[in-house]
Amino acid sequence: MNIKKCSTPIIVAAVIASLGLSSCAANENSQAASTAANSTLSGTINGIGSSAQGAAQTTWAALFQTANPRVTVNYDPQGSGAGRTNFIAGATNFAGSDAPLKASELAGTFAGCATNSKAIDLPVYISPIAIPYNVAGVTALKLDAPTLAKIFKGTITKWNDPSITDLNPGTMFPNANITVVHRSDDSGTTQNFSDYLSTTADGVWDAPVSQTYPYQVGDGAKGTSGVVDAVKNGVNTIAYADESGVGSLARAQLKVGDTFNTISAAGAASVVSKSPVATGRAANDLAITIDRTDTTANAWPLVLVSYLIVCQTYSDTAKGALVKAYASSVVSGQAQEASALRAGSAPLSPELASKAQAAASTIS
Amino acid sequence: MTTGVKSRLHAKTRLGDRLFRSSTLLSGVIILAVLAAVSLFLVLQSVPAFVAPAGSLPAGATNFWDYVGPLAFGTVWAALLALIMATPVAIGIALFISHYAPRKIAQALGYVIDLLAAVPSVVFGLWGATMLAPAAQPIYAWLNTYMSWFPLFGGQASGTGRTILTAALVLAVMVLPIMTAVCREVFLQTPRLHEEAALALGATRWEMVRTAVLPFARAGIVSGAMLGLGRALGETLAIAMVLSPAMVYSFLLLTSINPNTIAANAALQFPEAQGIGINTLIATGLVLFIITLFVNTAARIVVNRRKAYSGND
Repeated sequence: MNIKKCSTPIIVAAVIASLGLSSCAANENSQAASTAANSTLSGTINGIGSSAQGAAQTTWAALFQTANPRVTVNYDPQGSGAGRTNFIAGATNFAGSDAPLKASELAGTFAGCATNSKAIDLPVYISPIAIPYNVAGVTALKLDAPTLAKIFKGTITKWNDPSITDLNPGTMFPNANITVVHRSDDSGTTQNFSDYLSTTADGVWDAPVSQTYPYQVGDGAKGTSGVVDAVKNGVNTIAYADESGVGSLARAQLKVGDTFNTISAAGAASVVSKSPVATGRAANDLAITIDRTDTTANAWPLVLVSYLIVCQTYSDTAKGALVKAYASSVVSGQAQEASALRAGSAPLSPELASKAQAAASTIS
Repeated sequence: MTTGVKSRLHAKTRLGDRLFRSSTLLSGVIILAVLAAVSLFLVLQSVPAFVAPAGSLPAGATNFWDYVGPLAFGTVWAALLALIMATPVAIGIALFISHYAPRKIAQALGYVIDLLAAVPSVVFGLWGATMLAPAAQPIYAWLNTYMSWFPLFGGQASGTGRTILTAALVLAVMVLPIMTAVCREVFLQTPRLHEEAALALGATRWEMVRTAVLPFARAGIVSGAMLGLGRALGETLAIAMVLSPAMVYSFLLLTSINPNTIAANAALQFPEAQGIGINTLIATGLVLFIITLFVNTAARIVVNRRKAYSGND
């Protein structure tokens, strides 16, 4: 057969080509050679956690690995629950979580930490939550918290309901059913949305705050991308979703205090930086109780804060040094700007970033 | 009659025979061991969910059966809808390939149908959520307005089209290749003598199919349908992406409030689950395991009743 004769040169060419191409690794960056030469860190650290932080963590890991070429950072966005469970069991060196560690988790032991060392939460990712909608002929939508709560609870069912038209004089609303889209999977976005409405909606939102959407109304979609797709492809839809995933859809304005505010990264970050740190926790634990009633100008209290959960003291000091360097890198201005660009988050405000930097420097 | 001890004659076994026999025995044992291990894992991890106190289960369910009831209902309902839609189409395609189409077209069509089986579930989920649901939404709105007298078309029509009917349509498309392949093989097995006898007696082609092919193939069609049902019962990601779920018992086909399936629910809730939540999800997996076992056993019984025609002997 002819195949045998032709195959040898082809095989040789393929081997040479693959050897040649394999030397071009994607993660080598010659520009960082100068700063990289100063780094003495080496090793691998692994984290599991929130999928909301996924894109941001990729950006931060790339930045950190460029500055420290002998370090590898791996992050698996399996979900906050899986992240916390694995961190407590000692399977990972850090976790990403949309909620800080609970009291019951803090009371237990952390397998990866030194004996008698607790874990601390560092706020690293601030994501404003937007309210995208898709109604033909409506270019601007103004809502206040009680109306928003009634829409998402199913009490208001039509777009031309008086509660909505009173807030938006001059806009023509169709006489059509409102299709609410919420998350079908448990998520920190749902928890923060529920928390906001239960605090500000004058008692309309009476279900307990949890990661599960409490009311049986409208569509459920999987993940932020599922929700945004459903809003885009559906008719007369409205939803809540992380700002980073909303894309080009129109977003509603929210009444904060006396003015209707537009969603903004700065507004979200300012709400978080003014919110108090939770009491009764370890000295360097920066779990934040978000102040949803913040009414300063341009504030956007509908916001999600995602944390980096790390040990205060690691049983393996080498890992501790790596995690300390990574955490310091993550809260730095450069990393926060990079994740704002790539992942659509709001950068930490300077005050919060310095607090987080101080807490990160105590990791050992 | 004397019952003396009979001496059994042993053939002289060679090393090759012994090796082959023991390796086949080992394979059988491994399969059984894996099945036993999976069952043991499911049962042990599920026990905390069965005895959990009220209020500790996810979704605020008072006990485990309240939690899994709507899920089991949704699983069976979606699979049944998919089967109702897919079976006639699969039989039609298989008949076309085996009895009506010219040989070349039949081969090409068979190849294309088998290609459909190679498409991953994620792609079907994306297709269903981004293309099928928006396209079907105006149809659902029309059905809901003009045919709401039909009990399944009542309720408030979904604004996004992501209903259990859309999910069942996606499932039907996924299940079609398996059923068509099995039906096609069974139809081709029909004895030529029966077919020619029917034709010789003056039957038209359709009458020949109806009297000679379909009765012969009944057990094969059922086994193909059960294979498809098995896939539909376990389908996870396509349903998770297409369906808009809620914890209800509902037969309505066009609304946003649809019962979820066990596999899709586990896929959605597992990333954020912890503690008793994980045990609950594994326990729902055990329930699905039992449902599938039950369905497969029923299929085996139906097929074995018609053993002569199932091509098994």
